[in-house]
Amino acid sequence: MSLRGTAAVIGLAERAPQRYTGNETNLDLLSGVAVEAMADAGIDRAEVDGLLVHPIGGLPGFVPATVAEFVGLRPRFAEVVDLGGATGAGMVWRAAAAIGAGMCTTCLCLTGTRRRRRRASPRTSGAEPSSTVHQPRSNPPTRDRSPHAEFDAPYGLIGANVGYALLATRYAHEYELSDAQRAKVAVDQRRNANANPAAIFHDQPLTIDDVLGSEVICEPLHMLEIVMPAAGAAALVVTAADRVVDAAQPPAWLLGAGEAVTHSSLAQAPDLGETGIGVAARAAFSMAGVGPSEIGLASLYDCYTIMVLLTLEEAGFCKAGEAGAFVESHDLSYAGDFPLNSHGGQLSFGQAGMAGGMSHVTEAVRQIQGRGGERQVQGLEVAYAHGNGGIIAEQVGLVFGAGR
Amino acid sequence: MSARPIPPTSELTEPYWDAARRGELVVQRCERCGQRPFPPRAHCPGCGGPSLSWAPVSGRGTVHSYTVAHRPPHPVFAAQLPLVVAIVELEEGPRMVTNLVDCDPADLEVGMAVEARFEPIDDADMVLPVFTPTRRPGSTGTA
Repeated sequence: MSLRGTAAVIGLAERAPQRYTGNETNLDLLSGVAVEAMADAGIDRAEVDGLLVHPIGGLPGFVPATVAEFVGLRPRFAEVVDLGGATGAGMVWRAAAAIGAGMCTTCLCLTGTRRRRRRASPRTSGAEPSSTVHQPRSNPPTRDRSPHAEFDAPYGLIGANVGYALLATRYAHEYELSDAQRAKVAVDQRRNANANPAAIFHDQPLTIDDVLGSEVICEPLHMLEIVMPAAGAAALVVTAADRVVDAAQPPAWLLGAGEAVTHSSLAQAPDLGETGIGVAARAAFSMAGVGPSEIGLASLYDCYTIMVLLTLEEAGFCKAGEAGAFVESHDLSYAGDFPLNSHGGQLSFGQAGMAGGMSHVTEAVRQIQGRGGERQVQGLEVAYAHGNGGIIAEQVGLVFGAGR
Repeated sequence: MSARPIPPTSELTEPYWDAARRGELVVQRCERCGQRPFPPRAHCPGCGGPSLSWAPVSGRGTVHSYTVAHRPPHPVFAAQLPLVVAIVELEEGPRMVTNLVDCDPADLEVGMAVEARFEPIDDADMVLPVFTPTRRPGSTGTA
């Protein structure tokens, strides 16, 4: 069974990423964008019979049931998607699959994460840090296991900076890639953010010298090649083909989808050129019956500059080893010859927690719907959105079209 | 000795950590297909075989990738900067996350030969396998 043309996104809502949220809880954020997305689609909550959410802080379980009750839904299909930064994209094809299987007709996909100012924590040398990975000395052997805490964290492979720096080093060893080529991605995306009032860095221009002059956090990655944590929420309404005609907004048809999960620890990842990025992208293009050359907007997960370069070549937008030269020779802005992350990408729009990955999907949908405003990509027919979770561990590719 | 997030061990992985305390690196081997999976586990990811025995490895490998961290990935590393985090590919095949120690970060290269060292963890009866560049015979210097 193919999902092509089974369902379309007909509505969306997105909070502009903020550095911190106030007193809103994760449930408040999710229910807020749920209400806004249903209003955008022009549907009543009684019409929503599917719900996709992700694990959220404060709830050890029963997440779909809790969210459904708070939003006022009684879904016939409800599920948690747990694919890190690929979660939002992973929700969309799951919604379409559930619709195609007759398990629901209209599905809400909700993502969002609050973020509060941390109280100052002691950072002095020798102080015992509090951390989930730091176990007390007398800890007996555990019955359940965390391979990450046992074999990665003791060496400092904690968070994502170190992992993506390891990928950047390996890539530069196998191919040619300069610091300035990586920086070009961040700079062109910033030009897009400068045309997006919702972007967290809307008012700040950026040059290659700015990027290369910023602090090196993990060699070779500079601070301005790394997403800044933010907070926010985003929601999509996915509905069955026969309901699209009644919708208030033009549809963004799901034409193709692909997914790949390959590892947990980066040390166990497939070699470059054989990662799940290409597996997911090829499946999505194959289902859609289009190739990378037909894509008018690439909305690619960009937690780091290197991730965009890896995706460009493994998804087939350029040949292996040529991503650096590709970004150098193309204008990646919304008005350029290869529009990329027209919202600014997470690097410049903001990584609003679990809504960060969803931003690549909401932007592809918005652009296909012709609602891009100042940054609208002209004549857009087909867009590609890519989600990436963990350290290139979880991949989802989606192809959207203005026509079915 | 160095400060670390202390690895939470399990009954299955204790032989790995016991070996490290003796200054040995051991990796499982599937008795059915010969695969050397890492991290340790109950079933072979290659063939599903349920019998994985512990067997020593040479401790020699090459650097698959590395990064020099100038900010601590976790506060516990604050006094150990710059911290070199690496993925090392063992001669026997498996890759593992590790640190490169006793080296000048400027001299590091992908593909360089390294060998295992064993470093006690502060405040814990545990020893962590780490790696250092292999000194070639006849080379000078104290690194």
